[in-house]
Parts: sequence; structure tokens; C-alpha cells
Amino acid sequence: MEDVGLLAAMPINEIVFFINKVVIAGLIIGSVYALAAVGMTLVSGILRFANFAHGDIMTLGAFVAFVLTMLMPGLGALVGLPTAFVVMPLAMVVTAAVTIFLDKRFYAPLRTVGYKPITLVIASFGVMLMLQGVIRLFFGTAPRQMYVTAKDIYRIPFGGRHIIVTEPQLLLIVFTIVSVVALHLFLTRSRTGKAMRAMSDNADLARISGISTGHVVRTTWIIAGSLAAAAGTLLAMDVSLKPDLSFNLLLPIVAAMIVGGVGQPYGAISGGLLVGFTETLSVFNWAILLRPLKPHLPEWLEIPANLAFVPTEYKLVVPFFILVAVLIWRPHGIFKGRVL
Amino acid sequence: MSILSMRDIHAGYGGANILNGVSIDIEAHEIGVIIGPNGAGKSTTLKALFGLLTVSEGSVTFDGEDITNNNPETLVRRGLSFVPQEFNVFPTLSVRENLEMGAYVRRDDFRPLIEKIFEYFPPLRDKHRQPAGELSGGQRQMVAIGRALMMEPKLLLLDEPTAGLSPRYMGEILERVIAINEGGVGILMVEQNARQALAIAHKGFVLAGGRNSFTGTGQALLDNPEVAESFLGGGAH
Repeated sequence: MEDVGLLAAMPINEIVFFINKVVIAGLIIGSVYALAAVGMTLVSGILRFANFAHGDIMTLGAFVAFVLTMLMPGLGALVGLPTAFVVMPLAMVVTAAVTIFLDKRFYAPLRTVGYKPITLVIASFGVMLMLQGVIRLFFGTAPRQMYVTAKDIYRIPFGGRHIIVTEPQLLLIVFTIVSVVALHLFLTRSRTGKAMRAMSDNADLARISGISTGHVVRTTWIIAGSLAAAAGTLLAMDVSLKPDLSFNLLLPIVAAMIVGGVGQPYGAISGGLLVGFTETLSVFNWAILLRPLKPHLPEWLEIPANLAFVPTEYKLVVPFFILVAVLIWRPHGIFKGRVL
Repeated sequence: MSILSMRDIHAGYGGANILNGVSIDIEAHEIGVIIGPNGAGKSTTLKALFGLLTVSEGSVTFDGEDITNNNPETLVRRGLSFVPQEFNVFPTLSVRENLEMGAYVRRDDFRPLIEKIFEYFPPLRDKHRQPAGELSGGQRQMVAIGRALMMEPKLLLLDEPTAGLSPRYMGEILERVIAINEGGVGILMVEQNARQALAIAHKGFVLAGGRNSFTGTGQALLDNPEVAESFLGGGAH
């Protein structure tokens, strides 16, 4: 009974609005950043370069899922899930194979010759542009829908109002939680996972210990590629599929990786969520939350119509602000990362 | 029969060679110690032996097989382990995980071996869950040697195992080296603390300018006035 009394005293409309606009939205975009940044940070830790093609690997994964969805549109109805989600594991496998191919073809030759990491970074820009070109060549630039049917929308009653979550958003949140737990278990329990952490710690010592570095590198690409494909697919299911789907997200993803500490998977996850939440908090219109206070405020004080910290069109600067703020506080990121 | 024999090794990091004819022979279960001034090529000798830089001339035979320019993975499987001087632990991995990484190529149950390492280095037992990077210098060195022992090597290469350690730990590490050797593992180590190292050595090798300058038993080198004068800092005791 007390609960009801408490709820009644609270500005429910505003709270629900806040949950929908900030908590859910931040969790969604934060999960996408986290899934993407975790793969990028693993590659950075083990291969010592920032792979700027990572964003377009996400887009590629989403397009693979899209093609598979178009080939078997009825598959989802059989299991009661969206088709794109059902074919996603296959898209992850295909994308992982592509990343291994890209590594063999473009990065491995540079590594064996012993070029500096910056050369690999530049090479990754080349791979990025190539992927963007290939995707546009086959699919054009028009936005596409990943859904063959209408999206399910869940309305969770809360104090007489509804918290709204769409099906792809729910799938994204569940997938993120499952993959973070799985990744944690893999890195701390399995032989290859421990070898990945060892190689990220000290690649020379890993080789001296007899660790098969080729195997570790392949595993790293598989994890990075498949998580990127999943992040891209789930994001495209939530919004729509365009060739520049995740290129625009590259900067916040890189920021999330650095904020968390380069090479630190847990850092990338927390960095992703931090950047995601800060983004949504900073473009949120706080005036709406202040409205219930209006009767208590003096007459002369007007609440402006828009009280966001940052106008939506400048959202992209927010990750950099966080980046600077966190790096002043902790120069190596939240979890002590390495200097690239 | 000697377990390791390096014949007239020439090697370098590209450009001029650092080693200009180093020969080293040690029998199984012996302790061999390499000493010499800075830049003599002591560490380089171990690295050349372990396939970390290319041998341009000469040959390395280990346990009856030619291992010249073999890669570390192959060497580890053949029974050769290497402990570098610096950066020789995985700092974010726990002590136990560090040891497990030493046994990466093993597919059998190596838990009894971890127990054995804890017997060699008791302080590690209590800290087995702690990240190796948080340990003291001496304990890190124990982790590093423990990691190398996980393959049950026939020959253990140690690059300045006592560098930067307090005298207490220095003595302890050298004592452990003797114990490991008595357990049946051959040792080849580079040492700055030449006197203490030669005292425990079956064989000593004095390098200068990338060449053998003196070779003999540890005691013979300690007694050699010329060696004492030039390399041990003062007359023989």
C-alpha cells in the first residue's frame, strides 16, 4: 500500500518519459557501443593496432543477416522470433570468416614484415573504405528494413503509464548480457581465453611460453567479427539498415574503447555503456522533468522550452567530452589500458 | 654427451653482428653460467639460442638434434625453456594462470606440477590468485621461473634472474636454482653477480666482445687471476 502512496506522490508521467527516453535509449545505444568496442579492444590489445574497419564490419554483418533474411523470410515465424535474429548466428559465422580473410590478406602480411602499428591503422582505413564501397556496390544507399513483418512492441505497465520496449531492443539487451557473461567465462576459464589475455599482456612472453599466437589471433578475430556482426544486425533491426549504419558510430565506439582502457574487455563494456548513457542524458530535454515543479516556482521564473545540455545535432561531440574528462581523471582509462 | 652445444655462433639484430663466434657446451643436469662485461653478448647468446634472433653462422645442437633458428614453440616442446630478464610475467594474469600459460602446449593434467612449483617457491602458494603484476620483484621472478618449469624442461635458460633484487631475494633465487638443478633440470644462466653465480656453476663461460674469452669450471674461473682481475672486480679470494 505504501508503494502506491509513494507512486502517487511522484510525477509518473515524467518518470516514465525519462525511463523511455534516457534509461532504455541509453541502454540500447550503450549495448551497441559495448558489443562493438569489446571486439575492437580485444584486437587492439592483441594485435596492437586500432582497427578502424571495425564499424564497417558491423555494417557488413548486418547486410549478411539482411541477405539471409531475404533468402528465408519465413524462418522466424517458425520459432516465433524475428527472422533476422534467427539467422544472426549464421551471419556472425560468415562475418567472422570475412574478418579472418581480411586479416590474412591485408594485416598479416604487414605484421610479418614487422611494420609499425600505425601502418596497420592506415591499412585498416583502406579496408574500411573498401568494405564501404563493396556494400554500396551491391546494395546501393537506400535504407532497408530488417523486419519481414511488423515489430512487436512491449508495453510494460508502470504506475498507470507504459514503459515501451520494442522487440529488437529487448533482444539486443538480452544478447548483450548473454555475450558479456559468455565472454567473461571464456576469458577466465578456457585455455584459449587465458592465452588471449596472456598475449594481450605480453606478446613476446606468450611466444616464449609456446603459446600458439596464430591460434590466439584467429580466435580474437572470430570474437571481434561475430560480436560486431551481432551488434550491427541488432542495431539495424532497431532502426533501419543503411550502408553508413555503423560508420557514424565509429567515433563513439573508439571513444568507448579508450575510455574503458585499450585492451580491456570489461573496460570496453563499461566504456560503451558510459558513452551511451551520457549521450542520451546530454541530448535529453530536462525541461520536461522540471515541469511538475512549475506550480512551486516563483512567477518570474520561466522554464525554457528546451533544456538539453547539447543540441541533438551535436551529439557526436559528447563522446569526446567524456573521453577528455575520463582521461584527465584516469589517463589509462577506467580499467588501466595500454598506450597504443 | 652434452645436452647443449653451440658451435661458433654469429648473430645480431640486423646490421653488425653482436656475437662473433660464441661456443658453449654443457652436459645434462649441469649449471652453466655466462658472465662478462656489459655488451659482451651474454643475453644475446640466450636469445640466439632460443630462436629470438637469427643465427647467421654456426650451429646449435640440443639433446642430439640441430635446433639452429628453430622457433620458440618448437623449442618449448623439445624441452628448452627461457626466462627473459624483464617483462617475464603476465601482469594481469593470476599467479596460477601464469603457471598455466607455461604449460599451454601440454594437454595432460599438469596440476601436480603446479603443486611441485609451489614447493619450490612456497610464497607463491598463498598468492596463487593474485595478479602477478602486484607481486614484489623477487616473487615475480619466482613466477617467471615457475612458468618456465611447467614444461618440465631438460634445460632452463635464465637471463639475469637476480637483476634488481634485494640481497635477501638474490640468495633465495640462487638457492632455488640449485634446488631445481638437483631436481634434474639443466641450467644455463647469464649473471651480473659473477662471483655468486660462478660459485654454484659446474661450468662458466666468460664472454667479451661477442666471443668466448675464458671457459672452465666455475671454481677454475674463480681461481683464475686474469678472470678475477678483468671480470670479477679485484683479485681472487
